[in-house]
Amino acid sequence: MTSTTELPTAPAALPQPATTRRRPTKLGRSRPNFLGGLGGWLWLAIIIVPVYYVVITSLKNQAGFFTSNPMLPPAEPTLDNYKLVLENDFAKYFANSLIVTVGSVVPALFVAFMAAYAIVRGKGRFLSWTNNVFLLGLAIPLHATIIPIYWMITKAHMYDTLLALILPSIAFAIPVSVLILSNFMRDVPNELFESMRLDGCSDWAMMWRLALPMTKPAVITVGIYNALHVWNGFLFPLILTQSPDTRVLPLSLWTFQGEFSVNIPAVLASVVLATLPLLVIYVVARRQLLSGLTAGFSK
Amino acid sequence: MSTATTTPRRELGTGRTAGTRRTLEKGPSGWLAVPALAFFMLFAILPLLGVLFLSFTSWDGLGEIKLDGLSSWNTVLADPVTGNALLVTAKIMFFSFIVQAPISLLLGVFTAASQKYRAALAVLYFVPLLLSSAAVAIAFKALLDPNFGLGPGLGLPFLAQDWLGNSDLVLFVVVFVIAWQFVPFHTLIYQGGVRQIPASLYEAAQIDGAGRIQQFFNITLPQLKYTMITSSTLMVVGSLAYFDLIFVLTAGGPGYSTRLLPLHMYLTGFKANDMGAASALGVILVVIGLALALFLQRLGGKNRNASQLEGA
Repeated sequence: MTSTTELPTAPAALPQPATTRRRPTKLGRSRPNFLGGLGGWLWLAIIIVPVYYVVITSLKNQAGFFTSNPMLPPAEPTLDNYKLVLENDFAKYFANSLIVTVGSVVPALFVAFMAAYAIVRGKGRFLSWTNNVFLLGLAIPLHATIIPIYWMITKAHMYDTLLALILPSIAFAIPVSVLILSNFMRDVPNELFESMRLDGCSDWAMMWRLALPMTKPAVITVGIYNALHVWNGFLFPLILTQSPDTRVLPLSLWTFQGEFSVNIPAVLASVVLATLPLLVIYVVARRQLLSGLTAGFSK
Repeated sequence: MSTATTTPRRELGTGRTAGTRRTLEKGPSGWLAVPALAFFMLFAILPLLGVLFLSFTSWDGLGEIKLDGLSSWNTVLADPVTGNALLVTAKIMFFSFIVQAPISLLLGVFTAASQKYRAALAVLYFVPLLLSSAAVAIAFKALLDPNFGLGPGLGLPFLAQDWLGNSDLVLFVVVFVIAWQFVPFHTLIYQGGVRQIPASLYEAAQIDGAGRIQQFFNITLPQLKYTMITSSTLMVVGSLAYFDLIFVLTAGGPGYSTRLLPLHMYLTGFKANDMGAASALGVILVVIGLALALFLQRLGGKNRNASQLEGA
């Protein structure tokens, strides 16, 4: 519990192991870790080779792809593949993904935050029961429920709409969000709530004026975690949408693969384009993104 | 429900009327939890009951849903493909755990250290986290192509195999791609765990003359016990959700060699249009997932006490 709360302060705790690692070298046991270094570079190769291959291939024209060495960069790089992907409604799929992600994450954060506040600050059987339901939700492979969800969505005449993706995505984001937010909220000192209470604040006001500012890093973390899952989600779009009008990015990669078939460079260009937004975020806000990725699972 | 919670915002903000509220002494009203609970009940718990109900029906996904007793269950349990899907699921779960767990642990320790080059490597290690499963699958499909991929590119004939078409190899290819995609996530978890180990423990060990390997086994590993349980639980339970990656990479083939349970459920329901049988498979999936989670939690609960005692 307490450990999860240390996540936002992780950068501050960073130098700690540093000193211990450095000390042996100073004590004279200066033998560098060759084996570790070797393993590290080996893993780098494993990670980088596919990425490198995707990028160089996406810059080849189709003739070049069939004739040149697959692992060498193209002699004459071309952006034609990117043009082709962009001309094939890429912007629309991007917008759909954005709508679904924002439309899922913001409401999920809102209701999960209120629930976490009630669970941490409130008492009673109902709230502890609610907490247990969410904990159970973490243990269930929720994807097993796709068939009834498909049934409900078709019954509600929402099949092939973006709302059909948003509603279950909100529900699936709730358990983990509540769990992490309530873990962080437990560490807000009780005295702060007491003094606000004495000032005559309502719970609603305390929630937004005290609990929210105090747990802001956690809210951001949970938001990023959920956003990545929704943004990269594949199963809901696959079963709940059909037409190009409601297609989201991960599904569009799969359909590009069918449409462009042998035009592998174009397919890989779509992979690069779909990853680009997250890559930009990674470059700009790496630390935030990474702490969001583990969402407090770290220890 | 939402109005009940939104209206007090302005009126009770000053707190004068708040005194009349019953919730004042007892903490916030349980109503605050209702929107989240309602959403979760409607789109997760209700479907969970729905999947059980549908497993006793026959339905093609479009027409009428007819109660059909145990016929879907009989179909599913008599079908050898079900047993095969369970076996494939177990194999992928086992091998991906065996591959991922040690690599993630070692990389987590590796990247938690202070050396500049390690920090730089870590930045690149985490790049796979940015890709969707569909993107990863498509990239590897191209890379593993025997004619235009890695093998001919490096001029290494043994790499120019029909990796995804060979039913003896494909399972290990899938495990490799899973590791490529998910090791970074678990590395991140371990990195966080290692960074929380108190530096004083290592200092004390050095004074006692413990070497690097001794420190790893006597300090790092025991201190990471809780992290290991978290990571392992996510790995094992998560392997029941490897759907999209395998769907795009192999679609379960060749034959049935990578058709694991979630994929089998999807194909039975949405390709073979047998929603009854697919629901029965869904129930099996839920039961396995729940059993695994409870088992690992129990394991974790015991170990957690032990590791706390050791840490003290």
